[in-house]
Amino acid sequence: MSTPPVAPTPRTSVKAGAVDVAPVLLGVAPFGLVAGVAAVEAGLGLPEAVGFSTVLFAGASQLAAIELLGVGAPGWVAVMTAVVINLRMAMYSASLGTYLTSERVGRRALAAYLLTDQAYALSIARFQDVRRPPVQRWWYYLGAGGVLWCVWQVTTVLGVVVGDAVPEGVPLGFAVPLTFLCLLVPTVTDRPALAAAVVGGAVAVAGEPLPANLGMPIGAVAGVGAGYVVRRRGRATWG
Amino acid sequence: MGLTVTAWSVIVAAGVLTFAIRGSFLLAVGRLERLPGPVMELLRLIPAAALAALVAPALLRPEGDLVLFGPRPLAGVIALAVAVATRNVLLTIAVGLLAFVGLDLLFG
Repeated sequence: MSTPPVAPTPRTSVKAGAVDVAPVLLGVAPFGLVAGVAAVEAGLGLPEAVGFSTVLFAGASQLAAIELLGVGAPGWVAVMTAVVINLRMAMYSASLGTYLTSERVGRRALAAYLLTDQAYALSIARFQDVRRPPVQRWWYYLGAGGVLWCVWQVTTVLGVVVGDAVPEGVPLGFAVPLTFLCLLVPTVTDRPALAAAVVGGAVAVAGEPLPANLGMPIGAVAGVGAGYVVRRRGRATWG
Repeated sequence: MGLTVTAWSVIVAAGVLTFAIRGSFLLAVGRLERLPGPVMELLRLIPAAALAALVAPALLRPEGDLVLFGPRPLAGVIALAVAVATRNVLLTIAVGLLAFVGLDLLFG
């Protein structure tokens, strides 16, 4: 049976998310391996490595917490560092939340658990792109986030068992910023968004020396503020 | 206290607090369905600001020092051109990585 273009179903939406996330995995997989390797190097075992990857499921904060444990820092220092690194997700939560208002609380809770830089960036890019076929948002997010989750767990275990399998010379880590660079482009839709991006990037660069990746959330907040000012100014000028 | 016990306390505590952060707005949206206009305007600016704040330091300060002219920023500019022209994530990553490897050799 040939199917004419129809309204998106849960199935096609999950698939669209899973397909869109594929290139992003190039940057995520090595990161997952590193999370596994780091756990071993810090003196932790497979259960703890998997515990970090399933319960916390947040790469940068996992690595920071594991590293701190490895050098004998107190547990509360590792916890606070992880929490500060993950503060940026409150902004993703707010931004993504506006697209999922009609979903039941259980689905929104699952969306919260699966929230990562990658799942957020991919989903927002797709939801805002009017040139591509529409998707059922929660299912699309589930497709992308679910694949990311699976790959994260598998690569963490591989990292523990096989060790550092990525050759030194391959700069796959650079795939991570390249992914976000590509997803950034369609979000810059007007002058306020451009101001948000420029100021957000500049302040994050200036704040890079701050501990616990604090430069990133501070930069993002500054960017949002700058974009807001530009939007207000524009309105005042053009009436 | 053994390392394993400490590790599991950290996993649980950091996991619970991180879920609270992730769920903060997502779980409140049922009640915030009619957000005031200015708040919506702020939320709409988050993607551009947050993604730029992730990308810029990775390109310009990968090891702490500010590098405006080097393999990473230049590869970033090339990748940005590809991203603007194609909006294709895989192509952007592929060209960006190749450019980085090539420029890294050039810069030695």
